[in-house]
Amino acid sequence: MSGSITFSSVQSIRGSLMVIKTNGKLGYEELVEIELSNGEKRLGRSLQVSEDIAVVEVFEGTQGLSPRDVKVRFLGRPLELPVSNELLGRIFDGLGRPIDNMPEPVGSEELDINGKILNPYKREYPDEFIQTGVSVIDGMLSMVRGQKLPIFSGSGLPHDMLAAQIARQATIAKGEEFAVVFAAIGVPADTAIFFRRELEESGALKRSVLFLNLAEDPAVERIVTPRVALTAAEYLAFEEGYHVLAILTDMTNYGEALREISMMREEVPSRRGYPGYLYTDLATIFERSGRITGRKGSLTQLPILSMPADDITHPIPDLTAYITEGQIVLGKELYHKGIYPPVNVLMSLSRLMKDGVGEGKTRADHKELSDQLYNSYSKAMEIRSLAEIVGEEGIPESSKKYLQFADAFEKKFIKQDPYENRDIDTTLNIAWDVLSILPESEWTNISEKSKKVYMSVVQKRNL
Amino acid sequence: MKIKGRITEVKGTVVKASGVSGIQMNEMVKVGEMGLIGEVVRVEGDSAYVQVYEFTTGLKPGEPVEGLGSPLSVTLAPGIVGNIYDGLQRPLSTLEGYTISRGYTAEAVDINKTWHFVPVVKPGIKVQGGEKIGYVEETELIRHYIMIPPNVSGTLAYVAPEGDYKVTDQIAEVQDSKKQSVSMLQRWAVRIPRPIKRRLVASEPLITGQRVIDTFFPLAKGGSAAVPGGFGTGKTVLLHQMASWANSRVVVYVGCGERGNEMVELLKTFPKLNDPISGKPIMQKSIMIANTSNMPVAAREASIYVGITLAEYYRDMGYDSLMLADSTSRWAEALREISGRLEEIPAEEGYPSYLASRIASFYERAGYVETLSGDFGSVSIIGAVSPPGGDFTEPVTTHTLRYVKAFWLLDPNLAYSRHYPAVNWVSSYSSYVESLSEWWSLNVSDEFETLRKKALDILFKEESLRNIVRLLGPEVLPEDEKLLLEAANMLKEGFLKQNAYHEVDRYTPPLVQYYLLKLIISFYEKAKEKLTEGATVEEIRSSPLYLEVIRARFNVKSKEDFDAIMKKVMEF
Repeated sequence: MSGSITFSSVQSIRGSLMVIKTNGKLGYEELVEIELSNGEKRLGRSLQVSEDIAVVEVFEGTQGLSPRDVKVRFLGRPLELPVSNELLGRIFDGLGRPIDNMPEPVGSEELDINGKILNPYKREYPDEFIQTGVSVIDGMLSMVRGQKLPIFSGSGLPHDMLAAQIARQATIAKGEEFAVVFAAIGVPADTAIFFRRELEESGALKRSVLFLNLAEDPAVERIVTPRVALTAAEYLAFEEGYHVLAILTDMTNYGEALREISMMREEVPSRRGYPGYLYTDLATIFERSGRITGRKGSLTQLPILSMPADDITHPIPDLTAYITEGQIVLGKELYHKGIYPPVNVLMSLSRLMKDGVGEGKTRADHKELSDQLYNSYSKAMEIRSLAEIVGEEGIPESSKKYLQFADAFEKKFIKQDPYENRDIDTTLNIAWDVLSILPESEWTNISEKSKKVYMSVVQKRNL
Repeated sequence: MKIKGRITEVKGTVVKASGVSGIQMNEMVKVGEMGLIGEVVRVEGDSAYVQVYEFTTGLKPGEPVEGLGSPLSVTLAPGIVGNIYDGLQRPLSTLEGYTISRGYTAEAVDINKTWHFVPVVKPGIKVQGGEKIGYVEETELIRHYIMIPPNVSGTLAYVAPEGDYKVTDQIAEVQDSKKQSVSMLQRWAVRIPRPIKRRLVASEPLITGQRVIDTFFPLAKGGSAAVPGGFGTGKTVLLHQMASWANSRVVVYVGCGERGNEMVELLKTFPKLNDPISGKPIMQKSIMIANTSNMPVAAREASIYVGITLAEYYRDMGYDSLMLADSTSRWAEALREISGRLEEIPAEEGYPSYLASRIASFYERAGYVETLSGDFGSVSIIGAVSPPGGDFTEPVTTHTLRYVKAFWLLDPNLAYSRHYPAVNWVSSYSSYVESLSEWWSLNVSDEFETLRKKALDILFKEESLRNIVRLLGPEVLPEDEKLLLEAANMLKEGFLKQNAYHEVDRYTPPLVQYYLLKLIISFYEKAKEKLTEGATVEEIRSSPLYLEVIRARFNVKSKEDFDAIMKKVMEF
């Protein structure tokens, strides 16, 4: 290992932070290697440097460290990941070290895990539809290549199931497949095992890279896991030309690790103890997605985060949704009705849908159909809550159709099997079926042309 | 002589340097071997704290720090319009590769390009700062006036004859106690407002083509407005609409801490959209500043000032400029982050105590003015606010409210039901309504103000009826109140909602706004008469004319279109 071989002494240890003597030899955000008296080595990174001392965060935790008997060596470089297409099919820990009993992959280059800022001028606008085979997503929350679209979930909800289904089924036009980069951030081991098995069974493992920081692993390491994973993803997408789907779960654990470090550094806290720079910090992760003019690949992000106490105004989901291009919100209410995937359509949004659907991309009627379903379903929900109060007798006859519509929308359109893969035509045809419960006078968003072309589909199916 | 010192401490993007005695507050500095750009934010003895505009990974104590002798300034010259810059006015289009490397420098305008200069004054006259001495055609939409820099005055000793010049060529010379050379390129420190002769009262609306804004909560040219809204409520789409359709001569769009893809969307659509007045692509009047959320925060703090200074420069030529900032909350967060690194004592929610005064002085740079050259120009500001958790009591929203005069609150419930733009008509307001009503009655219709009041009245009444409906259902209401609910529904569906992606609906000129309002109110009044004659609300609602009036927003483009439907309404 290269770098200046300066040994230094430790002044103090607090939580996972260490203050070490440096004599100005350590740069900001550079790595140090900490050697214990028993020969064990740990990695750390500087958070603040001055002429004589530096504050260092220790990724593997400070347990068992004593200022007297550790040696610190400066590596003279930031945290880097060796990258090459040999990454595919491999499993690494949260810092990017192999844990699959295979040799370290030969890197064609070493990349700083913080990545570089994409020049917005060189970005290509994402507008290529991804078919996930999930009706509620394809029909109403269409994803496009290069989008960042998180799943907001709660404990006990099937977000892992949905993410795995998307990873298995997602295809882009012409049947191109995704390479999957999976980052486990402080999740239980069985979640990681579940994803691994799903990828293996669908044959996707050989075009996947897994980075695992599990719940039992040190919290500080979580700060770097998503960055290591995205460094791999960016390399595969923009240098090797793959279409990459990056699944990051669970970003709430990431936010909590960030808060922990911030507290130990005695920074002024902002909302709920999270640091004031939480937005910026999350943005440096989520903005690492997209397409680039003149490059073949794309990087699509599907982060998963659990909303503490199902609270969407909690700083982590709140700030995430300000950065990402929409959100898929899962809700307990639908799940308890036995509906999978339990997507709360009205609270969900895909900001990039408008340019990814329509004639030549999906189908000419897609946009108006989706607008109409939103309109009608939101009206139906108002009527449903009114009916709960005044009883069905209290609502006008014309409104009762809406209650039927809402039921069918949930049970036929949203609901599907985790292993059912519906193509976009099937999805849109189901949408017509469901919509036809309402009289045509209520179809304020549907053009005459679409009615003519696509109603025949409905009639044929109903014969 | 340049001041040179060295780094003693690095903490995030804040660097402490020593051995820099004599350095000035807000002076630009070069930091480290890589030559990162920064700005002095605190001076203590011979030490200074510098906020660095780029990431500081790898910086070491002992590396050099060099003062550049001037505060953060922008380049003002032909060639700015149509460009996309980062937060420090470095052009993003000329950058090699697809990432932004640290420490890169580039001229804001192409200094090798020649422009055809036409003088408008003759040598020998006395000139003051701000005076126009000639112009170049910067784009088809912008005649770029070359002005004497604000701090220069005297006798005009020389003016270049008509011809092609580079921006750095001398085009004039002013003789005072000494000779001063003037080129087409000026520099201006961004934190200092450009001087004007006097402020005037704004009395002309900034037409945005967005019905809920122009009709109900208008903005005056030279005014300021804030758009607060949680995520997904459509702030950015609304701001994009304003940038596309507002009748200002110059638009400065600052993407401050927002998504990279949103800037790409503007870059993709602006060359294709045509200005509704001139018919030319709006790219020819737009300047974009992109400090995306993953770029360093210090540059985000600067981007707002860079944007407003560019807007002021075009105002000084006698134009109406519009500056849109999405989002001012990210700018305030940048202030908070830098303040935290400086270990200042925080006020509310970790924000520095000077948050309110910074917000105030930013919005104060809006205004309708008489320029130094005696023209009339304006800078209007529209700032998006992103309150965390949709909580409008948080510091950035509350302080912003104290200084802006129009307030367009975006309502998550409207957004959930896909009512866009999700401007809440009960909580939003504009203090410009009265001063602009004369313009509407002179230029559109003297009936407009009455119609506007009637429409608001229907919407407010509906709001209180809704509470009853929520508890007891609509069936308990008498017929006339049911009809009022229908009228409110028509206003919502046929006027307040506006589809940003529909060819006709996305931009409604003032006269058509009047037509649509007139149709709905007339239909309602006609329906009220029918009700007294024994018709039921259900019958009125199921008449084809009901749907035709609602859908008029997609179809009415001219007086003929309006007359045709109006005739049916009168015969209803």
